[in-house]
Amino acid sequence: MLVLGIESSCDETGVALCDSEAGLLAHALHSQISLHEEYGGVVPELASRDHLRRVLPLTRKVLLEAGRELSDLGAVAYTAGPGLAGALLVGAGFAESLAFALDVPALPIHHLEGHLLSPLLAKDAPRFPFVALLVSGGHTQLMRVTGVGQYELLGETVDDAAGEAFDKTAKLLGLPYPGGPVLSKLADQGKPGRYKLPRPMLRSGDLDFSFSGLKTAVLTLVRDGKVAATDQADLAAEFQEAVVEVLAAKAVAALKQCRMKRLVVAGGVGANRRLRQKLDEAVRKVDGRVFYPELELCTDNGAMIAFAAMLRLRAGLAPETDAGHAFSVRPRWGLETREG
Amino acid sequence: MSARTPLSKRILALETSTETCSVALLVDGVARQRSVPSSNGHSEFILPLIRELLAEGGLALPALDAIAYGSGPGAFTGLRLACGVAQGLAFGAGLPVLGVGSLEALAWGSGKPRIYAALDARMNEVYFAAYVVNGQEVQEVLAPGVAPAESVARPEGDGWFGCGSGFSAYGEALLRRLGPDLTGFDAAAVPDALAVAQLAAARLEFRPGLDPFEAQPAYVRQKVALTTAERLARGGKS
Repeated sequence: MLVLGIESSCDETGVALCDSEAGLLAHALHSQISLHEEYGGVVPELASRDHLRRVLPLTRKVLLEAGRELSDLGAVAYTAGPGLAGALLVGAGFAESLAFALDVPALPIHHLEGHLLSPLLAKDAPRFPFVALLVSGGHTQLMRVTGVGQYELLGETVDDAAGEAFDKTAKLLGLPYPGGPVLSKLADQGKPGRYKLPRPMLRSGDLDFSFSGLKTAVLTLVRDGKVAATDQADLAAEFQEAVVEVLAAKAVAALKQCRMKRLVVAGGVGANRRLRQKLDEAVRKVDGRVFYPELELCTDNGAMIAFAAMLRLRAGLAPETDAGHAFSVRPRWGLETREG
Repeated sequence: MSARTPLSKRILALETSTETCSVALLVDGVARQRSVPSSNGHSEFILPLIRELLAEGGLALPALDAIAYGSGPGAFTGLRLACGVAQGLAFGAGLPVLGVGSLEALAWGSGKPRIYAALDARMNEVYFAAYVVNGQEVQEVLAPGVAPAESVARPEGDGWFGCGSGFSAYGEALLRRLGPDLTGFDAAAVPDALAVAQLAAARLEFRPGLDPFEAQPAYVRQKVALTTAERLARGGKS
């Protein structure tokens, strides 16, 4: 079966085609980074407007690339949450009405389920069960994954997401938007250890995270005039090290707690080079292995939505849909509460 | 300029720019409409209502000539819903689309000859426009704009009839501004899908509809956030 997947939960419009036999056939992405740049952050209304301009041309593009027709589609999947309500509604409205017109099911998919299953699209894919570390600008969670639709939350951030902490800290240092990736680039040029930042909740004994204190520690240093322009790289390096150390330590603790050897990393921060290095090292020490999605599928994308829908269909776990195509989006939606 | 509804067009129309979710089907001169009040978005109603209407009309999407949508101005989320659903349906069924302004639909639906349409735009502003309906034709005499009620643009001449939620939200200010040029008003009037369908049908006599990817809302209010530079200039934080 051919599944079209549509992602529009934040500032990226992603559309993809996935076939139950041939796998991922095509995917296309439009990033809104330049649109939000002069605002210093994502403006939800502008994001929604742009999704509506992009979603149909991107759909045409993937069909053309894959050499398939609309009439070949067996289902249309879309991100129903969590995310920005207005942005989600664009993808949902387009997907539901396209499915209605084609008389095929429309499948609402959880954004994080898309992320945590996306490493299964890689050539070297992990088998179930595994521990998933979801780490992005909106989320930081550890999940125990025993199969499609079987997710147990092990721990999560109690305040900022890791990517959010990167972005906010970058802003404090006056780095250009989007701050996170710029901050980690700067960190590569600096030395950790010259500044001393805390490792929040490293020894809390649970699998939760907290990153807002790190940001405050950086703010204090900047306010006290302790960070000359030439010292910024060292501070960035120490900040990155602090985040990465905590993420790696908790990921290993989660593997131990679950008695598992496979760690799957997904989400935008999963593209961070230092994080990958640290995770690989730490997990190797406990005889485990780390699996990542293809680099281009770390950010939000349509491929993971089409793919998650396809896995659900294959497992006989298609999400419940309304035959009359009544639909709604869920800006706040816990993955664990999802019923198989 | 639009002529009165010709009988030959088959059109599905959607209007969700206000808190009324409205869907209409115009087939060979026979009009059907469903409107439901829904304050919590319209996504749970719009496609089921369309299904109902198509079933009643006894036809499927590909038998239509076009999908029409209320393009705005109005509630941003509602505008995108109508437009996105029109895009999805039209793309899926291989149909053209056509956007019809919500203020124009309001004017047409009123049955009056000279209309000053005003919708609540929130943030102490109204969307406004003025139209003259001359028997078979709708003429725009004041293009859609957005402004505080006390400074909306005034059309020339008098004998205008006020329509739309702008007259309930900012009635006093609007009456002060438009004063004696106004003969009366209906603050409860809402743009509905039937008016959108009729105006679209008339327009399709003169020109073809659009490729669905060209369909976009007419937001009118373009400035929705301050840039970092603007915030700093106002003494705010970056």
